[in-house]
Amino acid sequence: MRQRVELVCPAGSLPALKAAVDNGADAVYIGFRDGTNARNFPGLGFSAEEAALGVDHAHARGAQVLVALNTYPDTERWRAATAALATAASVGADAVILADPGLMAHAVRVHPDLRLHLSVQGSATNRHAIAFYHRHFGVRRVVLPRVLSLAQVLNLVGRVPVEIEVFCFGSLCVMVEGRCALSAYVTGKSPNVHGVCSPASAVRWEETPAGRQSRVGGMLIDRYQDGQPAAYPTICKGRYRVGGHVYYAIEEPTSLNVVEILPELVLGGVAALKVEGRQRGPAYVARVTKVLRAALDACCADPARFVPRQEWLDELNSMAEGRCHTLGAYHRPWQ
Amino acid sequence: MKLSLAPIPWFWDRARVFDFYASMAATPIDIVYLGETVCSKRRELRPEDWLEIATALAGAGKEVVLSTLTLIEAESELATLKRIVDNGRFLVEANDMAAVDLLSARELPFVIGPHVNVYNGETLALLARLGARRWVVPTEVSRAQLAALPDRRLLQMQTEVQVYGQLALAHSARCYTARAHNLQKDACAFVCREYPDGLPLATMEDQSFLVLNGIQTRSAAVCNLLAQWHDFAALRMDIGRIVPQSAGTAQIIDLAHAVAVGRLDPAAAARELAAQPATPHCNGHWHGAAGMEQVE
Repeated sequence: MRQRVELVCPAGSLPALKAAVDNGADAVYIGFRDGTNARNFPGLGFSAEEAALGVDHAHARGAQVLVALNTYPDTERWRAATAALATAASVGADAVILADPGLMAHAVRVHPDLRLHLSVQGSATNRHAIAFYHRHFGVRRVVLPRVLSLAQVLNLVGRVPVEIEVFCFGSLCVMVEGRCALSAYVTGKSPNVHGVCSPASAVRWEETPAGRQSRVGGMLIDRYQDGQPAAYPTICKGRYRVGGHVYYAIEEPTSLNVVEILPELVLGGVAALKVEGRQRGPAYVARVTKVLRAALDACCADPARFVPRQEWLDELNSMAEGRCHTLGAYHRPWQ
Repeated sequence: MKLSLAPIPWFWDRARVFDFYASMAATPIDIVYLGETVCSKRRELRPEDWLEIATALAGAGKEVVLSTLTLIEAESELATLKRIVDNGRFLVEANDMAAVDLLSARELPFVIGPHVNVYNGETLALLARLGARRWVVPTEVSRAQLAALPDRRLLQMQTEVQVYGQLALAHSARCYTARAHNLQKDACAFVCREYPDGLPLATMEDQSFLVLNGIQTRSAAVCNLLAQWHDFAALRMDIGRIVPQSAGTAQIIDLAHAVAVGRLDPAAAARELAAQPATPHCNGHWHGAAGMEQVE
C-alpha cells in the first residue's frame, strides 16, 4: 500500500510560498509580519493580503497553508495575537500552529472551525502532554520537539489521538523548543515572547588578529580562521571552554537531515515531515522542497527498498548549516 | 511574603541530600520543593526516600511540595510522574503539561512550575480552572509583564518568583556534562555527581557564562532579586524562591528571611550576598533586559 506522508515546507514570503508549492510541498507554513510567530525577522512574514494570495496559490494547486502563531503572547502582545488568529481564519488558512494554551482556548471559543496544530514551541514530548492539548482544545496535530529518539517518536504514533509531525531538515534546536531562555538571558529577546533567537540586532562580527569573531550580546560565541565557513551565531552552537578544553560544548553548527531514516518515519505512521527555514529565500526553499519531494515520493512508493540517492544527500548538505548534517536526537547515540 | 526552597537541581549523593534537608529543617524556610526535576537517570534517592524527607520536613513545620521532571520522554518517566501525582498527601509542582493533565484529571490542586509556559492572563485563568493554586513565574518574565497581569488572588492563586540562585535556562535531549567527558548519555557513568554546583562553561575569553548540569543548562551568574523586594508587595507576590547550592544555602535563607520580615534593608541584604566570592549576580530579566545583566 502506498504510504501518505505530508511534506510541510517553510515560507517567509509569498515568493517562497510559491517556490514551495510549485516544487511539491503538500503544505506550507507561514507567519504574519507582526511578531506573533517564531520567525520574527526583519523583512520576513506575510501581510493579510499576501497570506490571502498565498492561500489562493496553494489551494489552486492542492496544497495547504498553515499559519504559525506560536509565540507566547504576554499581556501587551495579546491583542496582536488574537488579531493574527482572526486574520488566519479570514484568509482561509487550513490550520493554525499555536503554542500558548490561553490562545488555544481563545481560538476554540472565537474560531471553533479553525483546525489547531500544536507548535513545536508547545514542548509536548510525551503522550500525556499531547493528550492535554487534545482534550482541552481539540488539537489535531502535534509538532514534536527535536529531542525525541526515533523509537520515542514511533512509540507516540498511535498512542495519541492526534497526528504526529516531525522535523526532517534544517537548522537544529538542540534544546527543547519552548523551554529555552538562552537568547533571553543573553539578548533580552526570546523565542517564546518575541519570536527570535539570537536576533541580528544583538549579533556582532569582528575582524581580529586571532580571526573573525562572532558575538551575541557581547559574549564571544565563535572564532574563525581564514577561509573557514562562519555560521550565524546562536548561543547553543558556540565554542566554549569547559574543564580546560575549548570545543562546541553544546552542539556543532550542523543541520538536521532525516533522509536516511525516511522509511522508518513513513512506515511508522508519522503524518507529516516539516522543513525548518522560514528565514530562507525562495531559491533555497525551491531546492530543498524539490529534493525532499523526490526522496519522499521514492520512499512512500517502496519504503522497504528505499535507499537515499547520493545526489540528494549532496544537494541537501550543500545547503546545510555548517555544510554537514546529523540525525540529531532521532539517533540515540547522538544524545 | 513567604520563602521557598526550589528542588535541588544538581546530582548530589543520597547522604548529602539527607544532610542538606536535615539542615534546612532548622532554617526559617516556609516551603520546600522536593524531587528530581532534571534527569530521570539520577536515582540516588528512591521514592520512599523522598517521602521520608518530605515527612520529616512536614514534621518540622514546613510546607512540602513534590516536584516533577521537566523533560518527560519515556514511559518509565511517566510512571514515576504518576506515582508522584498519586502520593495522596503532598501538593505537586507540575513542570510539564503531562503533570498538569494527570493532576487536573484527578481534580487535585497543583503548583504550576517554572517550566510550564505562562505569559498571559488567559493561560493563568485556564490553569486556575484546572486546579492550579500557585504559579511559579518563568525565568524570563519581567516586572512589567507581571504588573500587566490580572490579580492572581482573584483566581485563588499564589505567585512565586525566584529571588536567589542560578537560572535554569534550557533543557535538552543531550547531556552536556557527559559530552564534556566524551561520554554518551546512555553510558554517562553519572559524571554530573562530580559537580555539586554544575560544570562551569566560559567563553573563549574566559568570561564566566553558563553552568552545565546534565541535560539542563543554567546561568553562571546568580539571579539576585533581594534588592527588588520593595517591588513584590505591589506586584502581589506571595513567595520568594531560593535555589539550593552546595554551600551557603542556609545563610542565604537567613538573609532573605531577615528581608521578608523587615529586619534587614533589601539593598543591604543584596549587597551582602553579592559580596560572596566568585558569584557574579544578575537581575536583567526582572528589568526586561538581557537576563545576564545586573541593572541597578
